[in-house]
Amino acid sequence: MQDKVQSPMSSEFSVIGTRPIRPDGVDKVTGRARFGADLNLPGQLTGLVLRSPHAHARIKSIDTTAAAALAGVKAVVTRKDFIEQPDGTSAFGEGTLNLHDVISTVLAGDKVLFAGHPVAAVAATSREIAKQALKLIKVDYEVLPHVIDVDEAMAPGAPLLHAGMITQGVTPAPTTPSNIAKRIDIGLGDVDAGFKAADVIIERSFKTAAVHQGYIEPHACIATVSEDGQAELWVSTQGHWIVRMLCAKLLGWDINRIKVTAAEIGGGFGGKTVVYLEPLSLLLSQKARRPVKMVMSREEVMRASGPTSAASMTIKIGATKDGRITAGEALLKFQAGMAPGSPVGPGCMCAFAPYDIANIKVVGYDVVSNRPKVAAYRAPGAPISEYAVESVIDELAGKLGLDPIEFRLKNAAKQGTKAAYGPKFGPVGMVEALEAAKASAHWRSPLGKNQGRGIAAGFWFNIGGETTVSLVLNEDGTLGLTAGTPDIGGLRASLCMMASEELKVPLEKIRVQIGDTNQLGYNFLTGGSRSTFSSGMATVEAARDIKREAIKRAAKLWELPEEAVEWDAASGAVRPAGPNAGKHKPMTLVDIAKIAGKTGGPIVGYSRLNAHGAAPSFAAHIADVEVDPETGKVSVVRYTAIQDAGRAIHPSYVEGQYQGGVAQGIGWALNEEYIYGQDGQLQNAGFLDYRIPVASDLPMLDTIIIEVPNPAHPYGVRGVGETCIVPPLAAVSNAVSRATGIRFAELPMSPPKVLAALDAARANGAAKI
Amino acid sequence: MRYAAPETIEKACHLLASEQGLARVLAGGTDLLVQIKTDVLDPVLVVDIKHIAEVRSITNDAKGWHIGAAVTGAELKEHAALRAAWPGVVEAANLIGSTQVQGRATMGGNLCNGSPAADSVPALIAAGAMALIAGPNGRRELPVEDVMTGVRKLALTKGEIITGFRLPARPKHGGDAYLRFIPRTEMDIAVVGCGVALAIDDKGVCTAARMSLGAVAARPLLVADAANALVGTKVDASALDKLAAAASAACRPIDDKRGTKDFRIKVAGVLARRTAQFALDRAHGKTTQTH
Amino acid sequence: MAKHHVVTTVNGDPVEFLCESGETLLDVLRNQLNMTGTKEGCSTGDCGACSVTVDGRLVCSCLMLGVEAAGKKIGTIEGLASGDKLHPLQQKFLEHAALQCGVCTPGVLVAAKALLEKHPDPTETEVRYWLAGNLCRCTGYDKIIRAVMDAAKDMRSGRHAG
Repeated sequence: MQDKVQSPMSSEFSVIGTRPIRPDGVDKVTGRARFGADLNLPGQLTGLVLRSPHAHARIKSIDTTAAAALAGVKAVVTRKDFIEQPDGTSAFGEGTLNLHDVISTVLAGDKVLFAGHPVAAVAATSREIAKQALKLIKVDYEVLPHVIDVDEAMAPGAPLLHAGMITQGVTPAPTTPSNIAKRIDIGLGDVDAGFKAADVIIERSFKTAAVHQGYIEPHACIATVSEDGQAELWVSTQGHWIVRMLCAKLLGWDINRIKVTAAEIGGGFGGKTVVYLEPLSLLLSQKARRPVKMVMSREEVMRASGPTSAASMTIKIGATKDGRITAGEALLKFQAGMAPGSPVGPGCMCAFAPYDIANIKVVGYDVVSNRPKVAAYRAPGAPISEYAVESVIDELAGKLGLDPIEFRLKNAAKQGTKAAYGPKFGPVGMVEALEAAKASAHWRSPLGKNQGRGIAAGFWFNIGGETTVSLVLNEDGTLGLTAGTPDIGGLRASLCMMASEELKVPLEKIRVQIGDTNQLGYNFLTGGSRSTFSSGMATVEAARDIKREAIKRAAKLWELPEEAVEWDAASGAVRPAGPNAGKHKPMTLVDIAKIAGKTGGPIVGYSRLNAHGAAPSFAAHIADVEVDPETGKVSVVRYTAIQDAGRAIHPSYVEGQYQGGVAQGIGWALNEEYIYGQDGQLQNAGFLDYRIPVASDLPMLDTIIIEVPNPAHPYGVRGVGETCIVPPLAAVSNAVSRATGIRFAELPMSPPKVLAALDAARANGAAKI
Repeated sequence: MRYAAPETIEKACHLLASEQGLARVLAGGTDLLVQIKTDVLDPVLVVDIKHIAEVRSITNDAKGWHIGAAVTGAELKEHAALRAAWPGVVEAANLIGSTQVQGRATMGGNLCNGSPAADSVPALIAAGAMALIAGPNGRRELPVEDVMTGVRKLALTKGEIITGFRLPARPKHGGDAYLRFIPRTEMDIAVVGCGVALAIDDKGVCTAARMSLGAVAARPLLVADAANALVGTKVDASALDKLAAAASAACRPIDDKRGTKDFRIKVAGVLARRTAQFALDRAHGKTTQTH
Repeated sequence: MAKHHVVTTVNGDPVEFLCESGETLLDVLRNQLNMTGTKEGCSTGDCGACSVTVDGRLVCSCLMLGVEAAGKKIGTIEGLASGDKLHPLQQKFLEHAALQCGVCTPGVLVAAKALLEKHPDPTETEVRYWLAGNLCRCTGYDKIIRAVMDAAKDMRSGRHAG
């Protein structure tokens, strides 16, 4: 569906909205692009990590003597080699940061807190020797009882992960420790009054399983520390400035000792915003005085890198007979893994955000358990809480006898709606997305036997943040653009397009690179749907910087005051501002480049900003499923994702984001889950039994791009990467519910669960199939 | 680990028999290499049998078919005559893993890996295949259903190799099929697998039937009651009901990450019915695709 | 045990290497021959990122020993384009934006090429099942399928002859 961009204003642009080939494309289709594991350095060693076999145990001692003595072993590190970190949180990006937890994720302290928790690392001349060395490290464990499930972890008497954990956000503070790290309260209006005004109230509890980001490229890095202490790190990451900062803090080094280069990154989805191997490789390299390369196996990725939370939730929504929602209440319990930091905060904030509801109460709990510490995953928290809310919304529509789109439209958030988490929305596209869904051919198409159609809305904030971009005007008039947010899915193309649009320079005359940490000022990471928004804003600013400079240089050449020279946007040239300024031939950037030297020297556009004004993106998705009544297997047979992009700079990559988010959401809804045994071991640490959708599982994924421009961005960009994973969970679940006549309230809806529910419903005549 | 690639069966058997440490046969390697990589197995010797002509060929005569143990799934699929004769066996072998895995995986390896969920094994059992075995003491044959004795356990003695399979000629009105249940459409291990082979007479009455189930017990099962359910019937709805009941009754499954006991028992019945219908259609001469 | 001396052909070029018995073809390609276009996503045959052809047959290079490559013809992503002329599949992947992060892309392209050599006119379903062993987490496969179908169409019409 390549031509469905609904925008009243697309025609005002010549480059934006077109679909050029991405500048980094050829390297990626020929195998030339260098990803995290593709760089090798002379003399490099192989680094490997020793991991805990236990879900929860006290480390009584670690003896690395034999490993260190093995021929070929050049360095061994344990937690003792790292400096101690303060145990306290500070705001950071889309979540919070606690350096004590960061180092404890990289290497266990006095306890291992999940099966797979790193306890030591070695660097050796070969992989085989490194493997042997790991076997020679003697760790004396005192095994402790463990807890995996979030409800069990909250129950009194549950095995305690952290002896000093007192729940924050509760007044008065509890006097005894628990696994509940934090309680969050969000509210609006008066829910009791709201529920009193309701004619119908539905309350239902939900569970969702932990799922992994599932990037195809395992974590990988190579570090080298020179004899004078200067460190270089080449790494697959979503944010190399973040990696630099975290490594410097964990190692106690000045930040300027570390240069980090972002390799091409083979997928991240939030999971490559933290450090695992990087500090280890730096320290091993420093000790060994040689480069150290570390690459996780797939099993290590699954066991020990961040999935997102499993959750347990209760949602209560009331509405009047005519379809007005009067109150919404949510209780959200998110499992955080071994240390606090689940995305329950954004989960709480997003839960009811697609709707204009006067009375809202949301309570969230951040709960630790013996699993790997969760990491961000595409719209962290939002798919979970919005799945539960959208399920109840759908059930309410059914109970009220209302069309599920009309019910949502009646309550949709719009400009001026006050969100439960604080702000009033500016122009947003919720209504537009729902209207487009209603008008779509998909919504009106007939369904086959055993099929059902579900709809769900979705919301994500999107973020801005610190950004630096440089744009060099070269001597021949070509441009060199350097950005600092790693390109995971076409960012370079979008940035070039914005520079091209702004300067009227042909795309092929602009070259773009992702700079290393020494080449630019600080950049926050690629995440939060921010890179096209923030680096785009900075690119446009840098281009405008070039224009201002071009005006200055022409003014100097023409001996005019700067006010007498202007930029002609149509031709992309500077010219005298009016007839009084004299007759000078307009000068393009090629002309300006030629006179740069004699008019003041090199011309470099530069932008360093904290991008404000990120605007939320709303979506409405339609899913058709077919349920096999005899096996409970659910197949998605048709799908349409409709989402507000603000502005689609490169529509193909916007569609690609929508489609990718949908596929991940479908996996979350149907088959993906972390499965633990009674022993606390992850049972499915690989792509065989951690079942992400394969090509034959999915239909074509249709997209409709809505454009309600973000007034804070020069081209109206909102950011699109995350909202698209929010609606699929409920869209699929609502479709299954409508196909079967049974309300499903647990993900994944794997065949054994669906068949059991069907059989139970058939026993009392409640199943439709 | 040492690697050897002998060119005769005798040499291969000798290498395996004389190795004191753990020795493994390498055919397609799609299970073995994973087990080595993940430290499940640490053999000191692997014997690559793919340089032995006999295990790499497909031949047939009036009595039936000989399929080498190391013929890959992709090669089976490309063999039009075999596909026409035993489509269920070929399809089963082609459900193992991806297209890439098909380029390497073999039925000999699928059997010797010793997994109760092996896809090709129920199809071979239903087809009445014999496993051809060579060892230091000569050659012998075993019905395929007798080769696996439990999870990862085989009725082979030290030095013995499966060299191939002998399948009967397709009966005049015969048909076979294999279906499995997996959560996705591809790339999964069978939660339940079902192979059915049957024959009918000119009037459409079933004269012979064999059914085998995978992933519902410690090893693939030959369900003896299947013949009772189908033989003498026109494989109508009530016969299929009986077959389904026989399938469910035969299951002795476990709960695991791939499915529950209850689920496996129910789905075994569902698959028995569906697989038998495919086999019947084929016996009637219809060309059908199971997936 | 001494290493094996292996003589083989990679993308038409004669290649020799020494390898341990346990080293996979993927290990050899990436670590010895410095051909890093072939990616490692799982090492268990479940993701397809390491897809190569061996005597024209599509396989996972992580599921084959390096020593088994002796005397074979290996084809990798590095051999898809001829000089500066991209293979039609590569061109179509660029035009359709059929890649995002790009790490699965080499494997998908090698697999798709093997498909079109065998089935020049596949249906959408055939493409999806053929590529089921090539996991992609970014695209939802939609644009990959479109690109493969479009390349097949062009190749059939001879628009990309040579």
